[in-house]
Amino acid sequence: MTTTLTTRTTALSTRTPSVTAKWRSALLYASVAAVVACCLAPFYWMLVSSLRRTSDIFDTSLVPSPVSFENYRAVFDPAQGFGRALLNSLVVAGVTTVLALVLATFTAYAMARLEFRGKRLILTLVIATSMFPVVSIVVPLLKLFTDVGWINTYQAMIVPSMSFALPLAVWNLTTFFRQMPDELEHAAMVDGCTRGQAFRKVIIPLAAPGIFTTAIITFIAAWNEFLIALSMTNKPDMQTAPVAISKFTGATTYETPFGSQMAAGVLVTVPLVVMVLLFQRRIVAGLTAGAAK
Amino acid sequence: MTKTEIPPAVTEGRRPGEPVTRRRLTAKPARATAGSGRMAALLVSPTLLVLSIVVIYPTLMALKESLYGPKGLDPATGFISDTEPFVALKNYADIFGEAGERFWNAFWNTTFFTVVTVGLETVIGVAMALIMHKAFRGRGFVRAGILIPWAVPTAISGLLWRWIFNSDGVANALIGHQILWTTEGFHAKVAVIIAEVWKTAPFIGLLVLAGLQVIPKEVYEAARLDGARPPRQFWHITLPLVKPALLVAVLFRCMDALRMFDLPYILVGAQKHSVETLSMLAQNEASNVRFGPASAYAVLLFLYVFLIALAFVRLLGADLVGEGAARRRRRKTERRRMEVTA
Repeated sequence: MTTTLTTRTTALSTRTPSVTAKWRSALLYASVAAVVACCLAPFYWMLVSSLRRTSDIFDTSLVPSPVSFENYRAVFDPAQGFGRALLNSLVVAGVTTVLALVLATFTAYAMARLEFRGKRLILTLVIATSMFPVVSIVVPLLKLFTDVGWINTYQAMIVPSMSFALPLAVWNLTTFFRQMPDELEHAAMVDGCTRGQAFRKVIIPLAAPGIFTTAIITFIAAWNEFLIALSMTNKPDMQTAPVAISKFTGATTYETPFGSQMAAGVLVTVPLVVMVLLFQRRIVAGLTAGAAK
Repeated sequence: MTKTEIPPAVTEGRRPGEPVTRRRLTAKPARATAGSGRMAALLVSPTLLVLSIVVIYPTLMALKESLYGPKGLDPATGFISDTEPFVALKNYADIFGEAGERFWNAFWNTTFFTVVTVGLETVIGVAMALIMHKAFRGRGFVRAGILIPWAVPTAISGLLWRWIFNSDGVANALIGHQILWTTEGFHAKVAVIIAEVWKTAPFIGLLVLAGLQVIPKEVYEAARLDGARPPRQFWHITLPLVKPALLVAVLFRCMDALRMFDLPYILVGAQKHSVETLSMLAQNEASNVRFGPASAYAVLLFLYVFLIALAFVRLLGADLVGEGAARRRRRKTERRRMEVTA
């Protein structure tokens, strides 16, 4: 990071009216590198710290020496219950995503394709829900779930998660459906399909990339959820991974086990990072479709 | 991945030269209006049902709950009650009395975080977008890079920054000066702001970049011919044209910042005066089974978020639903169709 910054400042100081196109592009790429470095540096630090030995965890060198997997072994120590937490996260985020997608596909299709009364109102409502402060639904639901004995269950985490996953999915899919030309299903209907058949045989297969993108975005949002999972569980074996990691305890009571927290953090983040790297084009399309139209 | 073939029937139907268009247009209107209303109701109702259960019902419950006090000793009768007593607006009145200090502190923290983080994110995000817009090579790599802070769970980034801001951590090593970032005080606020801006500025950058990419090149060409220098081009062309995208992005970020929870909760801790937000306050009260006050805080936060969103839409004209444009477009195509049939 420091090297790119120095390149940037030297480039700036040599900038005179006679500056060449070459210098200009060097400056540009230096700034791009600086942006990327700023985004990646903290993540890199997490990776590096996770690979240090406990004894040199406070080392500030840029590469761990020697590389040690001690922290990763500590994470999977049965006492931490991290494997179980990962499974919980997978169940909660997975079920939330699937439920939200199924409901949202129907709704988004109606929003994008059909004319009906109250459409604008419904769309406004859906967006309004996605901006809702989660805590104002967690508090009453926490009381309700306490009364019906749902605390420490998957459904107590999945149901409130729908409050942000469903609007997100509806919103995303609506923009995807809108981008598809109307003519497709009209043509299918001319050929004797009903609307339902046209939807099933034409729209769904064509919308598959959009549905897939929405699934990734919804999954990432559900996987990253913290407040609901924190409030709805008090037993360690029902906690999702982010909650479990934040509650890791070290060998002694007074120190935070930063090494194993970083290792667990890497493990929780890596699937998402891989998804981002593989599908960055689609994710960007999905994220910007709603906001930038 | 998934097969995205068009079934043969469709391609056949669209063969050019066939008079399908005429047939479709005359047949459609009557069937569509009668059928589509019922169909829409069928398709939309499951979502509405779920949202009513997970959003509208809890909101109403929170409103009701905020009017009730805690179980326990009833001061009037001296008996222990099993039900929660109705206390009317006492929970709200307390905010201006005994519980007021904590509430207003949380309120100002929330507001401060929102204003500062969204302000910084917008400036940095726009700068990032301008840089990325100019770069042609390695765009995919850059995009993947700036998506990573977004993909890291907020809770994990809270831990990550807690580690960076640790007393023996790398932040202090870099500045060569010992600051106890994650203890009470203004520096704790700074730590939260840095972590939040790191996570979300690239995201704003991404949205603005998408907005920049739809601006036609000719506009700049014309401006250059008229002798406008880059700063002027930025103020008079770029900014007005990305304004709709930027406004929506800023609105969503504001809403997100107003409900900030994970980051201060993990980075600094629960019940820390200098970083406690309204969400943290409400969650803390609820987890201590004081549902009445917790609901009152939640309701107030909800109203605050609602008012800010309303102000955005009214004052700045953020076109949230995107329906304005879509509807106009649709009306135009409809008119064209009518002409064709006529």
